[in-house]
Amino acid sequence: MSACHSDDPRIHAIKSKIRVVPNFPKPGIMFQDVTTLLLDPKAFKDTMDLFVERYKNKNISVVAGIEARGFIFGPPIALAIGAKFVPLRKPRKLPGEVISEEYTLEYGRDCLEMHIGAVEPNERALVVDDLIATGGTLCAAISLLERAGAEVVECACLIELPDLKGRERLKGKPLYVLVESH
Amino acid sequence: MTTTVITTLPHFSNLSRGIFVRPNFSFPFSPSRRLAGNLASSNMAAAAAAISPVPKDDLERIAKISATIRVIPDFPKPGIMFQDITTLLLDPVAFKDTIDLFVERYKHMNISVVAGVEARGFIFGPPIALAIGAKFVPIRKPKKLPGEVISEEYSLEYGTDKMEMHVGAVQPGDRALVVDDLIATGGTLCAAMKLLERVEAHVVECACVIELAELKGRDRLGEKPLFVLVSST
Repeated sequence: MSACHSDDPRIHAIKSKIRVVPNFPKPGIMFQDVTTLLLDPKAFKDTMDLFVERYKNKNISVVAGIEARGFIFGPPIALAIGAKFVPLRKPRKLPGEVISEEYTLEYGRDCLEMHIGAVEPNERALVVDDLIATGGTLCAAISLLERAGAEVVECACLIELPDLKGRERLKGKPLYVLVESH
Repeated sequence: MTTTVITTLPHFSNLSRGIFVRPNFSFPFSPSRRLAGNLASSNMAAAAAAISPVPKDDLERIAKISATIRVIPDFPKPGIMFQDITTLLLDPVAFKDTIDLFVERYKHMNISVVAGVEARGFIFGPPIALAIGAKFVPIRKPKKLPGEVISEEYSLEYGTDKMEMHVGAVQPGDRALVVDDLIATGGTLCAAMKLLERVEAHVVECACVIELAELKGRDRLGEKPLFVLVSST
């Protein structure tokens, strides 16, 4: 299920603000850098407005943001729609009791953690990150929220790399993005 | 030179004034009050309180914010009482009030850039930047930012670490606010300030939700003012 307002006039400006940095973090990767978007207050605000307009009437009670760039885009959405913000973090960053979900990388594995008690059963959750590539991290995020009994309503990213087919890895959950990059 | 306006209330419960004192936390004066000099002792604080009462609304908001912060003993290592703001983020009213208190303070200070220190500074910085119409610049651990960066080394208890900022993100003459969730020794904030000053920005103030006053991070910032909502002793 796709959603991408390519006809909204704000999208064009947002896309033009994203900087592509070649060969980062390693040769062959064209890195989609959102920091240049953050340097344009209007474009940054438009980005957040697009998400808020979509989610404000969907009864979302929790926005989960993936460390670290999900921490930039998740909280403004949460604040605007009156939802909690829950950070999903790399191992050993969250103090106190956590649940962990392992996921595979190109080489090896990594882990995402969430606080126990942050999310209650039957909460309606939105997962936010700056970009979806293979979908591995978002998949782990969905698993954490579902293990806590929440219903993941949608995943929201600024950018999708459709060639990596991450959309298919989201356990059937819908994905909403603003910009695609091939 | 602007001096810090933050002081701490004496440690006593004063229900008649509507002040809630949580153990181990005391509450700074309202961010909107400007007091002459840097009031550090509780005697002076009490005197100042008599002269310039804090708006009840600000105190109420700060009390509620403070009550949402969770202390986790022995994290990340034995003896450290970790101030966990994630529980604040679970309370939409407290989170909104936190941002509002910062925004009310900074919206007329002509701040053109908010720099947030990775990673918890990424949670509080952007909402402030959005509300005041400033750019947001992430200050990151090494090798996270793509493209050209400048680096600033700073000392840890054992060894050193580095913070990085993108070249070109900040211009000479930019008026900057540095944001993090907490100030402890001040090492990280100091490094962030230096990065901004190296590109000839003017750091107007550093802003944190929590200060660990005993660690005297405020002193390490030297002349730069520090604004916090909650001071923990």
